[in-house]
Amino acid sequence: MTAPTQLRLDLQLVADQVFAGSRVLDLGCGSGSLLAHLMERKRCTGQGVEIDPDSVLAAIRRGVPVLDRRIEDALVDIADDSYDTVVLSRTLQTMLRPEFVLAQMARVAERLVVSVPNFGWYRNRLRLLGGRMPVSKEIPYLWYNSPNLRFTTLADLEDLFDQLHLIVDRRFTYTEHGRRLRMYGQSANLMASAAVYVLRPAR
Amino acid sequence: MTRTTEGGSVGVTTTRTARLFTAESPLVLASGAELGPVDVAYETYGTLAPDGSNAVYICHALTGDAHAAGWHEGDRRPGWWDNLIGPGKPLDTDRFFVICSNLIGGCRGSTGPSSTDPATGAAYGMDFPLLAMADFVAVHRALLAHLGVTRLLVALGGSLGGMQVLQWSLDHPEDMAHAAIVAASSRLTAQNIAFSAVARRAIMDDPQFLDGQYAQQGTNPDVGLSIARMMAHITYLSEDAFTEKFGRSPQGETTNGGFGIDFAVESYLDHQGQVFLERFDALSYLYLTRVMDYFDPFSRPHALAGLAASPVRYLVLSFDTDWRFSTEHSLRIVRHLEAVQQPVTFRELRSPYGHDSFLLDDPAYHATLRAWFDRALEVGT
Repeated sequence: MTAPTQLRLDLQLVADQVFAGSRVLDLGCGSGSLLAHLMERKRCTGQGVEIDPDSVLAAIRRGVPVLDRRIEDALVDIADDSYDTVVLSRTLQTMLRPEFVLAQMARVAERLVVSVPNFGWYRNRLRLLGGRMPVSKEIPYLWYNSPNLRFTTLADLEDLFDQLHLIVDRRFTYTEHGRRLRMYGQSANLMASAAVYVLRPAR
Repeated sequence: MTRTTEGGSVGVTTTRTARLFTAESPLVLASGAELGPVDVAYETYGTLAPDGSNAVYICHALTGDAHAAGWHEGDRRPGWWDNLIGPGKPLDTDRFFVICSNLIGGCRGSTGPSSTDPATGAAYGMDFPLLAMADFVAVHRALLAHLGVTRLLVALGGSLGGMQVLQWSLDHPEDMAHAAIVAASSRLTAQNIAFSAVARRAIMDDPQFLDGQYAQQGTNPDVGLSIARMMAHITYLSEDAFTEKFGRSPQGETTNGGFGIDFAVESYLDHQGQVFLERFDALSYLYLTRVMDYFDPFSRPHALAGLAASPVRYLVLSFDTDWRFSTEHSLRIVRHLEAVQQPVTFRELRSPYGHDSFLLDDPAYHATLRAWFDRALEVGT
């Protein structure tokens, strides 16, 4: 049997936002560690979506149901309000149409958990001031090989949430070492290397 | 193609036959008609676990048979899914107990339209009752009872085999823990039906068809049946596969520029048509293709209702160059299953070989099956 999974720190934070027994859609589920954890520990049922071949295979081996499809394609096939929670962890920045993905997520579930790297983090800003594109633990790519298509700061992202009538129920920000920041307002946009949002569509 | 087949062979195998229904206790078909006796040809590989938890049922495609793996004495080729089934292979017969049976309506050892009708002493011919997918399932279930298997770990099938697995899992989800549906469809398109219609017309308009009484007259609709096979074969391969295999190569040293077999592809199709005559019956071709035409399980009211009480873990696979049952067919199945909260794993695999890819040992395809089977064994029945 699969050994009990030790979750990556940000995934543990995401897992904590999911109610026991709920039905979860994990977009960009990777090898399925979050869903496996939720299924084993919190009696959740769920469905993953992932496109990386090795990750898909690992998810299958671990017993996590996974659709090997692009997130945009998988989402449009899912019925309204058919999940309790939809998760998008560290994937929004790789979507060609993030606003479409967020709107679709709001359609299929009443609770959205979105984790993102913050391109507005001060070290990223310093890299740019020095004339270089940001490279960090959260963004460990060079400009020409990055899977990231959309670069947003937390402030810009929150504007998009507003525009899509997504209410931020909770926001967790943390440093590059995974330490939680107790900050509100715009200072987090400078100090946080990544964030997890819990959102709810205004209906 | 990269050959990745690892592992050994199940060795020499024997097709056995079981009489599952009799004239006194006939099979009642979905249409209400009765059929008896019903004999079913089957093979098994591996050993059933003491707790019965490792049984895998293989449903074969249109022209398959019970001989899925291993060798028959004197054969030049192993069973039709030998690359998948055997010690150390994805369907590891050291761990799984594998059952494969020939469809009723077929012609490879199970009762079909060319079997003798005990009421008349002659072959059924067109008097053989029309069949439905549920009838195949009913007979599979009877074979399981005969073998003492109470619940399947996995039901697996490609093409028409996948359609049987789908029907089975919807109607009797309590029979299985896992279902794998490969390169299949829940509903044929007009184009699919059109191809079948032309194949059937070729058979029935052959002067030797004789309203299905050809066997009694000591003849066979060879021309019609081979044309049906040639045409179907075109739909089983992709355009790229034909190009890679034959291109525009001429068949002989010189070409006449006439209407003979000038191109290599013509020779290939001719050969496919001819060898098919040795192993397949024209009436079976009519009966089995018709079952596919009418298959539409999700259109029935409450088709998915049973899955709520007995969930099934599904694997749905398609191939990107399959134009007979394109990925859209598989996604339609996925949509229905996901909508009723069944755990579904779906992959569209890349393969240049079209519909027939499900019979080949493509590395990503077999790795997917291996991972899924290994997990199924851990989860159990």
